[in-house]
Amino acid sequence: MSRLLIISRQAPYGSSAAREALELALAGALFDQQVSLLLLDDAVFQLVAGQNPAAIQQKNHGAMLQSLPMYDVENLYASERSLNERGLEPSDLILPVKSLSTAEIQKLISEQDKVFHV
Amino acid sequence: MKFTIVVQADPLASQGSETALRFTRAALAAGHQIMRIFFYSEGVHSANRLALAPQDEACVPDQWQQLISEHQLDAVVCIAAAVRRGVVNETETRRYGKTGSSLIDSAELSGLGQLIAASVDSDRVVTFGGHR
Repeated sequence: MSRLLIISRQAPYGSSAAREALELALAGALFDQQVSLLLLDDAVFQLVAGQNPAAIQQKNHGAMLQSLPMYDVENLYASERSLNERGLEPSDLILPVKSLSTAEIQKLISEQDKVFHV
Repeated sequence: MKFTIVVQADPLASQGSETALRFTRAALAAGHQIMRIFFYSEGVHSANRLALAPQDEACVPDQWQQLISEHQLDAVVCIAAAVRRGVVNETETRRYGKTGSSLIDSAELSGLGQLIAASVDSDRVVTFGGHR
């Protein structure tokens, strides 16, 4: 089993990046790898509760993120700094996430076998 | 060393796909092994054989086709990303009730599991381009 980290940096809507990062995380879990997903910068907006993207003909990204634990992607991380910069509190989020300092992010990356930046 | 190459860059809108092409050539020339080239996200346009370039401009998809054939490389295009963008073979167009194909001959359409499997077996995974 390999330790795979997928890093997402994009908001849930406006580009296909967030969905493509999530799909890679799910594929990794499906193939029995130890997958972690790290949300940096605007990617922390993916966690915001109460998303309603039907008006822009998109699927609800938050709902898809909620399915991660079901697929054994238990390691969901977000940058503490990115959350703070955007004024996001734990109560704003759709599911619990481990928030990491910059030093902790460095450690997380160094512990991986492979890192994907989607 | 065993490499997996991930191409996420649109071959026209950004330089990443062309950089990946040259990186792959350089790795092969240095005696490294390319486990797989995986085209994902906007990178799937690199496998569109119907992308046409004026005579005095480079056609990156043609160059991928050539490199993959010449070295018999394993090249996989993410099927979910590709069909949405019209990079398809006859099997897929038929499945959706349409006709025609645009996928380069040397690559195949398959799932993200092919990226995971190749990555696990590689010493290095190198990603080119992606969303800004």
